[in-house]
Amino acid sequence: MRSRRFEARERRELNRELLVSPHPELGLVAAAGPRDPEPELLVENGVVVRLDGRASPDFDVIDRFVVAHGLDLDVAAEAMELDDLALGRMLVDVDVPRAELVRLARGLTPAKLARVIGLLDPVELMLALKKLRARRVPSNQAHVTNLKESPALLAADAAEAARRGFAEIETTVGVARYAPLNAISLLIGSQTGRPGVMTQCAVEERRNLELAFRGLVSYAETLSVYGTEPVFVDGDDTPWSKAFLGAAYASRGVKVRFTSGTGSEALMGHAQGLSMLYLEARCLAAVRAAGSQGVQNGSISCVALVLSVPGGTRAILGENVLAAWLDLEVASGNDAIASHSEIRKTAKLMGQFLPGTDFVTSGYSVMPRHDNTFGGGNFDADDIDEWLTIQRDWQVDAGIEPVPENEVLRVRETAARAVQAVFAELGLPPVSDGEVEAATVGYDSTEMPDRDRAADTEAADGLLARGVSGLDVALALDRRGFGEIAEAIVSMQRQRISADYLQTAAVIDADGLVHSAVNDPNVYSGPGTGYRLEGDRWQLLQSLPNVVDPAELLGGEADEEPVVLERGEAAKGADPAEVVVAVGPAFADGIRKTISDQSHRDVLEAICEGIRDGGGQPRLVRICRVADVAFIGHAGAQLSGSGIALGIQSKGTAVIHRVDLEPLDNLELFGMSPLYTLASYRAMGQNAAGYALGRRVGPVPTELDNFARAKLIVRTTLLHARETQAVRPGAATVELELAVPVGSG
Amino acid sequence: MSFDPTRDYPLGSRRPDLVSTLGGTPLAEVTLEAVRAGRISARDARATPETLRRQAAVASAAGRQPLAESLERAAELALVPDGELLEIYTSLRPGRSTAAQLESWAARLDGYGAERTAAFVREAAGVYGQRGLLTRA
Repeated sequence: MRSRRFEARERRELNRELLVSPHPELGLVAAAGPRDPEPELLVENGVVVRLDGRASPDFDVIDRFVVAHGLDLDVAAEAMELDDLALGRMLVDVDVPRAELVRLARGLTPAKLARVIGLLDPVELMLALKKLRARRVPSNQAHVTNLKESPALLAADAAEAARRGFAEIETTVGVARYAPLNAISLLIGSQTGRPGVMTQCAVEERRNLELAFRGLVSYAETLSVYGTEPVFVDGDDTPWSKAFLGAAYASRGVKVRFTSGTGSEALMGHAQGLSMLYLEARCLAAVRAAGSQGVQNGSISCVALVLSVPGGTRAILGENVLAAWLDLEVASGNDAIASHSEIRKTAKLMGQFLPGTDFVTSGYSVMPRHDNTFGGGNFDADDIDEWLTIQRDWQVDAGIEPVPENEVLRVRETAARAVQAVFAELGLPPVSDGEVEAATVGYDSTEMPDRDRAADTEAADGLLARGVSGLDVALALDRRGFGEIAEAIVSMQRQRISADYLQTAAVIDADGLVHSAVNDPNVYSGPGTGYRLEGDRWQLLQSLPNVVDPAELLGGEADEEPVVLERGEAAKGADPAEVVVAVGPAFADGIRKTISDQSHRDVLEAICEGIRDGGGQPRLVRICRVADVAFIGHAGAQLSGSGIALGIQSKGTAVIHRVDLEPLDNLELFGMSPLYTLASYRAMGQNAAGYALGRRVGPVPTELDNFARAKLIVRTTLLHARETQAVRPGAATVELELAVPVGSG
Repeated sequence: MSFDPTRDYPLGSRRPDLVSTLGGTPLAEVTLEAVRAGRISARDARATPETLRRQAAVASAAGRQPLAESLERAAELALVPDGELLEIYTSLRPGRSTAAQLESWAARLDGYGAERTAAFVREAAGVYGQRGLLTRA
């Protein structure tokens, strides 16, 4: 026997995913694994002889690297002595400064770090993250790629990303040889959208260094590290090779961010029975020891694996906190697809979104996700309005700005034209006007004209061979009349020369000023301190293009021809077949339509027709002294010859009332005004006549739409506000008659 | 005026007088006009070892010792040719080098005055030997 409710739930998107119970032997345990070592640090004569359950002869490459370059033995004795819970409380205590926590972290072993983080619940982790973030102001990073590797589309998407406020933009390649072309398109597009935005092209390290040598990229976050030696070695690196690479990038003026994340060791089959959070603590200790200013972490590409085990989402937030505690810039994941379920995905996001991280995502897909060649697109082009709305809902700055459509089109077209010009100037295969147009207005790369990909890759090889540099790109732009973009690219070269963006958590503003943890540190210490979304920035983030000014919706509709004529004060009627139709103060006057867009004339005619069909005699009055539908109906009933009235508000909510009932009682209430058609109003009229004549009456069938409120509550409020404004306390009820429409009769 | 790592960051906006290209052009003269006139080449348009050392001092003053160490290595590597950087990186990858090969790279780095990085490579060679990450000769 099956429950159709269970069957329906099984068809939900969520249930495409597999949840598993913990299996520590395979590393499938989020935190506090049964085989995680006890925190341990034994130092003899200034030499570490035991670390987290291992004696020095058994230290693997990661242990050895962390001991040699990371652990601060001057702090270690003091820090390791501290009780786990005491440390945990310090993390959330706004009176313990970030600097003090960062100092202590230098002397903590990976097992101790993981254990303390494991004591915090989700809200405590969020508070700790808010407090420990390196840079004062959170920001965000974009992904810009497309399946066709179309240069015009890459540039247009980069321009839009930059214009929307992303501080960094990352691209990659489908075909490795495209790297220099994609890097150039991204450089041009980013500087078109907003000068100072940093860019990278994620490719194999040697190729990436070649781009760095030429000043075509300004940051790199490709440097992956892992928490066990076999996986590190399978990744074809050691902590020493990665640390060397980091210094090599920095030597060429490239900002370096390492990458790690829970779940990778289990995925690669060498978790050694250890928990994901503990292994990430080992990664982060190595990242800090290697001298990286920051890390991209938060599970990244393994997120769906971590979410398969209990506590996965909490562990991912925990690893972000751990990185921040180690004084690293954090680009906090949320890039790879975490779940099929929009609810689950968004719930996970809140861990980083609400406290704010240095980069809330390490790649928001500015284009539709199927063009995302990172395999990312957890949040994409179609989700931008949601993201902006959630920022507005929480009054939180998660790094994306609203931009009007015409402005987006402008920067997209300019960037595509600029790339067209640079390709022509550098002798690369031409970018057609058709490509520029499609890149400006198109939805995705399927709308892009196909290019000769063999010619493109050949040209890309040629670019590297010719040594084309960022300065050459600036010159090409300058020659073709794109002076401002050329200036912005020269400005990025100046940044490379002063190298200020190599400091922790650096971003560059539109005026070329670097903001990092050195000159713009996070100093949050409780309410009233740190970065708060207020002032001009709050105005910007709340003013979405689709926001409506209520004053506009409140505007009158004055010059229309009258629907009803007023005929003096209404008296009590005597006709036993009479049904009073009592309308609200603004009905067919200041307001002319119901919320479902029915004109008040049509509504009145339908009601009157229904009353006559039912054998009754309609009579129209306006209640001027109240706006509540119950009182309108009740007041009408007092004047009705039959004692029955149909009360109706301007928004279309109606009630059938009887003279002897309490005001808030009724015969039938029609509260779902958005759903009523003219046939509904006719049926209400018929029922009212039925009550007047003492017949048996079945209630008017009504539908239920539970979304009507969410959709229309604002309009309801505004319409009701106008009705209320039209109320004249103590005013007499007015007799009405339908005006003859102009042009009829 | 001497350099104060606690006050002079960002160098580009606070101490442009201390910043120049590898070819010696002062930061203020790195303009589109200068690029047009061919006064700045792509090879020159990057940080000098001095600038990277100052950034290391800024990191150190901010309490970030490992970052400072990395920037010191970067300062040393600034004058190592591109091709050799790539070769040293490759030789440090697991299972690529013998101890002798790593030692010859270390010696070469010493030759460039890159003593910290040379010591770093020697340290790696020692660990690789103990962890089976060297190739057999």
